[in-house]
Amino acid sequence: MLETSTAPLIRARALTKRFGAFTAVDAIDFDVAPGEAFGFLGPNGAGKTSAMRMIGCVSPVSGGELSVLGMDPRADGPRIRARLGVVPQQDTLDMELTVSENLSIYGRYFGLPRSLIRERVADLLDFVQLSERARDRVESLSGGMKRRLTIARSLINEPELLLLDEPTTGLDPQARHLLWDRLYRLKQKGVTLVLTTHYMDEAEQLCDRLVVMDKARIVAVGSPRQLIEQHSSREVLEMRFPVGVQETLDGALDGLGERVERLPDRVLVYADDGDAAAMAAHERGLRPEMSLVRRSSLEDVFLRLTGRSLVD
Amino acid sequence: MLMPPALRVLEHELLLYRRVWRGSIVSSFLNPVLFLAAMGLGLGSYVSQNASTAGAATGGGAAALGGVSYLVFIAPGLLAATAMQAAAGESTFPIMGGIVWDRTFLGMLTTPIRVLDVLLGKVAYITIRLALVSGVFFVVMLIFGATHGLQAILAVPSAILTGLAFTTPIVAYSATQKDANGFSALFRFGVIPLFLFSGTFFPIGQLPTILQPLAVITPLWHGVDLCRTLALGTADAPGVLIHVGYLGAMAVFGLALANRTFRRRLEL
Repeated sequence: MLETSTAPLIRARALTKRFGAFTAVDAIDFDVAPGEAFGFLGPNGAGKTSAMRMIGCVSPVSGGELSVLGMDPRADGPRIRARLGVVPQQDTLDMELTVSENLSIYGRYFGLPRSLIRERVADLLDFVQLSERARDRVESLSGGMKRRLTIARSLINEPELLLLDEPTTGLDPQARHLLWDRLYRLKQKGVTLVLTTHYMDEAEQLCDRLVVMDKARIVAVGSPRQLIEQHSSREVLEMRFPVGVQETLDGALDGLGERVERLPDRVLVYADDGDAAAMAAHERGLRPEMSLVRRSSLEDVFLRLTGRSLVD
Repeated sequence: MLMPPALRVLEHELLLYRRVWRGSIVSSFLNPVLFLAAMGLGLGSYVSQNASTAGAATGGGAAALGGVSYLVFIAPGLLAATAMQAAAGESTFPIMGGIVWDRTFLGMLTTPIRVLDVLLGKVAYITIRLALVSGVFFVVMLIFGATHGLQAILAVPSAILTGLAFTTPIVAYSATQKDANGFSALFRFGVIPLFLFSGTFFPIGQLPTILQPLAVITPLWHGVDLCRTLALGTADAPGVLIHVGYLGAMAVFGLALANRTFRRRLEL
């Protein structure tokens, strides 16, 4: 066990996934340490899911090296999967079975004895706050409840490594916060989390370290704070102008901050002192409908690195 | 504890079946009741009448049926055809469901279960369903007096084998389909013509001469003839061997094919 605490849990070198002529993951390198919460941040189609599916040993590696829990997915898929928990992007719950049946049959897939499964099902339902729905059919659950059930299901084998592919996409804010709380508790218990997301707030909340992916490649690596420090200014001034005005501004914005980014609906001015930039804008006679100063986020990092925003 | 993974998949299927088993048994019972009543008794009385009057004069009718009543003639054939239909039903929509609709197969594959285990577990479940359908059918045959001696029970394993010969190739086909549209073609141009023209309702000797060799190569004819000759006690060893060999080869070939189409679809 001493060995696993130093060696990476996942190690990828030039990891590649191809579908015919299309390259979904293009020679990426990364390591995930035990106990870490590691994220893949990127827009849809960046290759996050393909990377996750290779780590989960459900999708064959097309090229490069990958080791998961010290084993080779090509040779040891079932043995690796026995120690993984997987929350896929789309739920694969059994709609015709009840909530607790979904958990127990999943435990059976791992070959767990029924008595052990019974204990764990009760604990897990409690953990994801679904105990009262135990005997209901999955069909009748809300989206957030289904997602929580999928998370409970992924924990039935007490995995060392939990893979979550866009765990909160499509959920309302309340459901997302509940899920984040549960994931945070798992992390506290020492479970290694690997997740993909296109929400920067999710990445900031959950990830110790993340890679930013764009067009099948990794474009940056670091902790959320490091990434922001390296690739963005401390603060951002956001200004929204009346319809048609932004297009007429031309050079009026130049030099307001370190960098100016024009989005279709607003202008972002990157500056270490956002208030000073706002004053300067006012002195130049700019009269935005709305203006606010905020701290830089991963969204800004992404915009800087790729020239595009995360959620199209 | 160390249960083979395919059996865990089977356990899942049986868990689902537990929810619907009553309705399923009732319809497995009603289907042969209706067919044997309408075709065996209703149409049969007309056929037998015809066979004993006009038929006797021309040497057709009763002789073509092998000297038994029409009810006794069609019952084992219908049993084989029913197994084929049950196999087709279980091998199409539920496979699509596991891959495309509920994606339960994808859920299984994130556990130690492998693609081949999913396939074998699914085929094992369909085998059990075929045994149930054929067994209930046989009980109905007994009730109708549609059996000709105790050896008729041999028609049950024959029907299961017939069903399996259809199961694995259809499962292989289903795993290649994007949606359920391909299934209506399968039923319209495959299952129904076989049901009608493979000797289930009349001896294939009654078909136009040009179509007879075609009927002889269809898998359902081998199933029907196997069930019928065993049930009526007219089977001979070479015939049984050919039928069992043909159906068995089809089941094995289908399984190999399904392993390929499953992997191509699920191991992306």
